[in-house]
Amino acid sequence: MKPFTYERANSVEAAAKAAASVQGARFIAGGTNLLDLMKLQIETPTHLIDVNRLGLDRIEKTEEGGLRIGALVRNTDLAADTTVRRDYGVLSRALVAGASGQLRNKATTAGNLLQRTRCPYFYDIRMPCNKRKPGSGCGALKGMSRSLAILGVSDACIAQHPSDMAVAMRLLDAQVETMGADGTKRAIPIADFHLLPGETPHKETVLNAGEIITSVTLPKPVAGTHVYRKVRDRASYAFALVSVAAIFGKDGTARFAFGGIGAKPWRTAEADAAASEGAKAVAQAALAGARTTEHNDFKRPLVERTLASLYRQQEARA
Amino acid sequence: MKFDTPAGPNPIDKGRVIGIAHDRIDGPAKVTGTAAYAYERHDAAPNAAYGWIVGSAIAKGRIAAMDLTAAEASPGVLGIVTHANAGKLSKGNMNTAHLLGGPQIEHYEQALALVVADTFENARAAAALVRIDYAPEDGKFDLAAERLNGVIPPQGFGGPADTKAGDFDGAFAKAAVKVEQTYTTPDQSHAMMEPHASIAAWNGDKLTLWTSNQMIAWSVGDMAKTLGIPKENIRFVSPYIGGGFGSKLFLRADALLAALGARQVGRPVKVAIARPQIPNNTTHRPATIQRIRIGADKDGVIDAIAHEVWSGDLPGGGAETAAQQTRLLYRGENRMTAHRLVTLNLPEGNAMRAPGEAVGLLALEVAMDELAEACGVDPVELRIRNDVQFDPEAGPQRPFSSRKLVECLRAGADRFGWQRRNPKPGQVRDGRWLVGMGMASAFRNNLTEKSGARIGVDGSGKVIVETDMTDIGTGSYTIIAQTAAEMLGVDLDQVTVRLGDSRFPVSAGSGGQWGANSSTAGVYAAAMALRAKLAEKAGYAAEQAQFEDGLVRMGNQSQTLASLAGAQGLWAEDSMEYGDLDKKYAQATFGAHFCEVGVDMDTAEVRVRRMGGAFASGRILNPKSARSQVIGAMTMGVGAALMEALDVDTRFGFFVNHDMAEYQVPVHADIPHQDVLFVDELDDKSSPMKAKGVGELGICGAGAAVANAIYNATGIRLRDYPLTIDKLLKAQAA
Repeated sequence: MKPFTYERANSVEAAAKAAASVQGARFIAGGTNLLDLMKLQIETPTHLIDVNRLGLDRIEKTEEGGLRIGALVRNTDLAADTTVRRDYGVLSRALVAGASGQLRNKATTAGNLLQRTRCPYFYDIRMPCNKRKPGSGCGALKGMSRSLAILGVSDACIAQHPSDMAVAMRLLDAQVETMGADGTKRAIPIADFHLLPGETPHKETVLNAGEIITSVTLPKPVAGTHVYRKVRDRASYAFALVSVAAIFGKDGTARFAFGGIGAKPWRTAEADAAASEGAKAVAQAALAGARTTEHNDFKRPLVERTLASLYRQQEARA
Repeated sequence: MKFDTPAGPNPIDKGRVIGIAHDRIDGPAKVTGTAAYAYERHDAAPNAAYGWIVGSAIAKGRIAAMDLTAAEASPGVLGIVTHANAGKLSKGNMNTAHLLGGPQIEHYEQALALVVADTFENARAAAALVRIDYAPEDGKFDLAAERLNGVIPPQGFGGPADTKAGDFDGAFAKAAVKVEQTYTTPDQSHAMMEPHASIAAWNGDKLTLWTSNQMIAWSVGDMAKTLGIPKENIRFVSPYIGGGFGSKLFLRADALLAALGARQVGRPVKVAIARPQIPNNTTHRPATIQRIRIGADKDGVIDAIAHEVWSGDLPGGGAETAAQQTRLLYRGENRMTAHRLVTLNLPEGNAMRAPGEAVGLLALEVAMDELAEACGVDPVELRIRNDVQFDPEAGPQRPFSSRKLVECLRAGADRFGWQRRNPKPGQVRDGRWLVGMGMASAFRNNLTEKSGARIGVDGSGKVIVETDMTDIGTGSYTIIAQTAAEMLGVDLDQVTVRLGDSRFPVSAGSGGQWGANSSTAGVYAAAMALRAKLAEKAGYAAEQAQFEDGLVRMGNQSQTLASLAGAQGLWAEDSMEYGDLDKKYAQATFGAHFCEVGVDMDTAEVRVRRMGGAFASGRILNPKSARSQVIGAMTMGVGAALMEALDVDTRFGFFVNHDMAEYQVPVHADIPHQDVLFVDELDDKSSPMKAKGVGELGICGAGAAVANAIYNATGIRLRDYPLTIDKLLKAQAA
């Protein structure tokens, strides 16, 4: 870990301003990802701005009938919230599928959105990685890539986005609310929030320097059966090989979002449109443009099979 | 004391303390955090500086240049150890690669420097500033590609490289039923909880090392050899060890570099090998390719059996002796085994829990399942038909010292409900799960090693045992206390056990599942010597004296241990040495594993639903800690079957998934109820304890039972471990 300075921010405005004015500053909340990365010098912030006391820890109804989730709401609290459990079950289920109880107690809503990839070449600083060290190459493309992404990837990077929570939020059409260093507020649709790697895999979101996430809003609840299915090599405490968040409506419509396969939480209108045709059609639509390696090509059939499992369960319920 | 004839009745047979399930006596210290592990010995070395290891970024080559300027100028840095300033170093007998590399580099993450600083954070930050320019060389990293270059490996604990009896080729050619398959197992990491850690302090030319090590005498010897100093000048202290599984059998970089760092900066230095460094810096279980051929008659009776194994290691290293069990487990007059070793420039391969059998049975016991199916014989019945009560390579003149495989198979099958298994694969469903049952024999050689102890009684009648034996979480403290209590007729709480200090008599140490039987036999020897001294002092004939209730009795007379020991206390020291009973008799431990799995009919996720096993391992010294060993080993077998694999990047020559997030071992949610039955057995040819090893038996065959259950559930036979979703999906599609 490199030496760094630290301050505790007292207001959102001050935090944003401080982040924009100090080169190499980073916000820290739960620290469940950032501190690990700092120990390995994958992240080397010069200055940490502790945002834990900004009071952004409330879950409240919006005027539109949706839900506003403070940036600092802990994953455990969000998963256990009665409104979330009743009206946004897929989100609660996705949250408890991730990490461990201890980590979820610390991890925050905004931090979860910003967590970084688990690509093993990203994690070993002696290896080439365009995300960690732009221009150094991609170690994974012709290396061990079993866990990595097959959608939204580029020649520069095939890292997967590891979040479960973000997949459910993508499904729910969440908006990420931010405040810029100059005090400007904006709401970013989650579909636009994460960037695909292209030739700049080190740029992961549309956030500007100093811009701070204040909350995530969910629109009105979507009726239907909310499910989150995470497929992994062991029963708990592992990142998804494939995960599917879905809401099945009573009228045969459904919507789907996918984790473990995308450079960002993955959702396509085409997949949703194919809902009435069943798992195979949905998988085909979702996987359009997929690019696999010899190690991760199993994710194609696994997406279809995970969907088939969800359809089977849905039929059993009906 | 020499053990060269079978044991007769002896004080251990009383079974007043031995053989009873006791909580571990070190348990309270461990669960209250008062058992100080190596890295926490602030009391012993309060001013220790911190060392951080800089590992090689290449697998093979040389250091072209090393620039320490920036690191040395970094805050808090006290010194940096490199090959250029460490002085002349040799290599330990047990080490394959040098623990401090440079200028030659032998493997990825090989230690090339130790940065010592006033704080942990300063040491780690400065380590990142050490600049090394490399001159890389091409290496070999692909076992399958090198297979044809295999040579006969040196002989290790696993016996000769090759064995044969009868005419395998002729008999196999004529066999009515044949199984011929190749199985592969990956490199595996020990993944013990406590990383390798040491604190070193010099007092003049005397070195004290608080460390975490399974084999104190081996490692003191290798430290002496590496540093070129007398071993009398070295003290190792390792009373608590947070797991080892073979990873801590040897001197490792933490210990050597702590010693070198402390010598350079003139104050104690502590070093832990960081978790992401462990898989590539330390040892691992090598990958294997195994070819098995079995020829049987139509009833499944084996006439010909062959097991050939390929594995790799650094130059000078050894083989993974995965054919060991095939020499002894089943009948067959025509047989051969062979091991071939190829040179690989991956990190050092070495022992991991049940080296040889753990991966050998992953192959052999699946091959037996395939034979059972080919013959239409129940897998349990097939193994019973092929039982043999003597070493099948040597013939009936070398019987087993004890062998209750058949009893384990029958008892295990009954308890598990094996008769409910549908022999036809893919027939049983429970909701979305395809359900299957599988089984496998368990086999692990029984090794006995010389082991010493001293034992004393103090003026209050309390008993103290000292030996350099280690407790790696296995329960050594408790079974040694039980042995002493049994031998001297006192209660368990009257015994204090001190372990893991090189100033104590040399023990067998913890390895090869020989620790429990061998170390308690050493305590038995010392206790017999002390009983003689006590009897003599009491004026009783040693053979007639009875030791019970804190008294030495003869007839109607008795004296207390306390009064006989007197204020000075009374001590005796001895060791147990072994004659040739392991040559006259084949000695091994046996069992049977049963497993029920569910395989998701869509996603091919595998979840173990039930496990059960029956084991015969001689006298079970403490059923509670023995059970704990067995279920832990069964869990490790699940890991080997379903998820554990170090992924080799054959371009860069290293294990890519080198942390606990990416190298997956089972978590609690993966492990269901595990039923363990110990079948009654006493082995009078193993030691006066009449015990055998049990700590590794539980992993042997457990993974194969999982694999066979997957086959029974799905009809998919995978032979390339671990049996992951991607492989199951591919096999389904094919």
